[in-house]
Amino acid sequence: MGYIIHLIILCLLFAINAMSLNLLIGYTGLLFAASAAFAGIGAYTTVFLLKSTELGFFPAVIISMLVASVMATLLGLVLNKFRDDYFALVSVGFQVIVSTVFMYWVGFTRGPLGIPGIARPTLLGLDFSSNIMFLILVAIIASVVYLFIKFLIGSPFGRVLKAIRDNEEAIKVFGYNTYFFKLTILSLAAMLCALAGALYASYITYISPPVFYLFESILLISIVTFGGLGSLKGPVIGAVIMVLLPEALRFVGFPPEVAAQMRQAVFGLALILLMLYRPQGLVGEYKL
Amino acid sequence: MNALTIKNLSKHFDGVRAVDDLSLSFEKGRVTALVGPNGSGKTTLMHLLSGVTPFDSGEVVVGTTAFSHIAPYDISSLGITRTFQSVQLFEQISVLDNILVVLTERSVWASLFERHSKFHTEKAKGVLEFVGLWEKRSEKVEGLSYGQRKLLEIARVLAMNCEIILFDEPFAGLFPEMVKRVRDAISHMREAGKTIVFIEHSMQLIRELSDYVYVLDAGKLLAEGAPAHVLGERKVIAAYLGE
Repeated sequence: MGYIIHLIILCLLFAINAMSLNLLIGYTGLLFAASAAFAGIGAYTTVFLLKSTELGFFPAVIISMLVASVMATLLGLVLNKFRDDYFALVSVGFQVIVSTVFMYWVGFTRGPLGIPGIARPTLLGLDFSSNIMFLILVAIIASVVYLFIKFLIGSPFGRVLKAIRDNEEAIKVFGYNTYFFKLTILSLAAMLCALAGALYASYITYISPPVFYLFESILLISIVTFGGLGSLKGPVIGAVIMVLLPEALRFVGFPPEVAAQMRQAVFGLALILLMLYRPQGLVGEYKL
Repeated sequence: MNALTIKNLSKHFDGVRAVDDLSLSFEKGRVTALVGPNGSGKTTLMHLLSGVTPFDSGEVVVGTTAFSHIAPYDISSLGITRTFQSVQLFEQISVLDNILVVLTERSVWASLFERHSKFHTEKAKGVLEFVGLWEKRSEKVEGLSYGQRKLLEIARVLAMNCEIILFDEPFAGLFPEMVKRVRDAISHMREAGKTIVFIEHSMQLIRELSDYVYVLDAGKLLAEGAPAHVLGERKVIAAYLGE
């Protein structure tokens, strides 16, 4: 049972991150490859505040989300000068810089040693130390994020994002300064990534730089693409499949010495087949 | 009274003078045709007037206000809207959403909290019915035929309800039934007192729809006047067909 609860928590944490990334890729058409960097900013800032101040977990998370938002806005000022492939490349550059900072700013992050002993949250007398309580907390937060994104996408703001995604030059002519819309959605998505990162740090009670490397950002892009771009349910479905598929493949009977590599290969093959035959993902509404 | 005036407008691309010190005026409520051979600067002029391409020098006067620079997102607030030579729609959203998106608030904050009312839906329904696309409202635009896409662009212009409308070859590639619908739409706007500027190659449509014609050649004004007079001028015929 403990193992199932663990898997559900991981699914939900990945779902929060994937839903935020879907705002950028699926709804605004911005191929963003630095989600893990913002999750890391959220995680490290929260941990720093918990360890060096008297702040509780939730105020620390809110501050870390604001820090991520400010950094995303600054990044957005640069990213706004780029489109398409170049936009993606610049976001990769940001991801690499942030990963390097996590690894080498030893005074703040302890570098490759990582930071252990991160406390689980408490709120109004409720203690989320046990996994079942943490699951309830993450489920509530994931639901709130889902409903928030549903509200966002259902508003005229969401329709403008889709118009930017489909034809940015045209929507400008109809009176929209797309710069502010893109900056806003980047900032919001970064906040949600930071939230997922902070929750992850608290759940595992340990963070180290590799958790927030480029590979994780690419994994998140795969989750969103697999589940379905521009769909509310897509990132959630993608997260569940991507977390559970490797677990399911444990029972296929690959030789132990190659099992891990084979699981990755099967996952890669599934992604290629899906892109060939259903480029919008399982339940997606938008094709890249 | 002029709704739109351009003064000494110029745009060069790597030494090519696409629009060369051009001065024109578009009278309020009048339908003006821009004609000329390919490469004469007609579409570039539309891009300059709509801010899609920045101009090098000169100014654009909208009503009585002069601008030495126009951003594309400013033109709708100046009462200008346009269509494109190559249809520009939002491909992966529905036909209805393509209209609703131009009916909503323009600022980030307002668009977050605005909700569509019956007014918005009725307005969208009205323009889509006018061009015969209401039945297709739930379909994604990418599934529409070329003619239907042209009509949707016209519907979007109607929904904008701007005073100055720029049409870039609205009849190109349409079969007769569609031509009739677009012609009806333009006539409807003309009756509503809109200032219309359109690029067209069909002499018949120019004679039928326009009150005034500007003929451009190599980015400069070649001739101007009433269509019956201008289209028969020797230099205009020569520009189109060669000496």
